[in-house]
Amino acid sequence: MAGQGSSLGERFRLSIAPQADLDCIRRILAGEKQLFHELIRPCEKPIYFLLLSMLKNEADAEDAAQETAIKVYRNLHLFRGDSQFRTWVLSIARNEGLGRLRKLGSLREDSLDAETDDTTGDYTPAVLTSWREIPAEIIERQQLGEILRQAVQKLPEIYRNVVLLRDIEEMDIRETATALAISEAAVKVRLHRARAMLQRDLAPKLKGFAPKRRWFWGRA
Amino acid sequence: MMIDCKHVWDHISAYIDGDLDPVLRAEINKHLETCEICSAVLDSTRNVVVLVADDRVFELPAGFSQRLHQRLDEELTAGPPEQPEG
Ligand SMILES: [Zn+2]
Repeated sequence: MAGQGSSLGERFRLSIAPQADLDCIRRILAGEKQLFHELIRPCEKPIYFLLLSMLKNEADAEDAAQETAIKVYRNLHLFRGDSQFRTWVLSIARNEGLGRLRKLGSLREDSLDAETDDTTGDYTPAVLTSWREIPAEIIERQQLGEILRQAVQKLPEIYRNVVLLRDIEEMDIRETATALAISEAAVKVRLHRARAMLQRDLAPKLKGFAPKRRWFWGRA
Repeated sequence: MMIDCKHVWDHISAYIDGDLDPVLRAEINKHLETCEICSAVLDSTRNVVVLVADDRVFELPAGFSQRLHQRLDEELTAGPPEQPEG
């Protein structure tokens, strides 16, 4: 996950499956089936949260996540290695989610595009004159985690999915675009708007969490 | 060329990701040197992105992983995955 102070732009540049994944898949297909547990483990969290974002129900998301993992296993021989394994897995998860929504009749074919990128909206940030960094350590001690979760859940789905994959799962722009079947340009636009919405919503709420002591450069 | 605050805000996400051309980046840096508002907007946005991405914010439900691997075990013992043709 995002290490504090790490350059957000330097994360994951790979978009071709690493050799280790390909070797693992080859061995599973050759009979070492139990290795599949380890192969899928790093994908569990993004699978679940993408499906939760789509289905909006924890039990359905969990069931769909299990179904996704089984489909991945059954179709493992179809993985071509031209994307990261995780990207391929997430497009299977996305299709699983879409299939379920369609079955429930709650998928308007245009629903994911309905909130199109030219939707008018106010993407200006919350205007502040100073900001003291909120350290991640306090997420454990206070209700900050809940505030952050709610802010992400409140985002319109097309923005939330991009934040989930790009910022929370640290996928790169190309991976995110492939997994969501949208263009890289759309990922960038949605990410920008999502981050602006999050800043706008969260910055005023988070100010109270700033450490009490004055920083030596403090302007307060 | 002087750029204004709105112009800076339009590029904050790309700025954070290091995905800006060097000329624009330099212009924004220059603006940030003298604009407290844009500095605070940038710092808070970056801070929010880091906080939201923290492992502890989105956690899998209790027992999720165990239940998933149990179901997988049933599948794995049922038969091998399909083999690639040829
Ligand atoms: Zn400014």
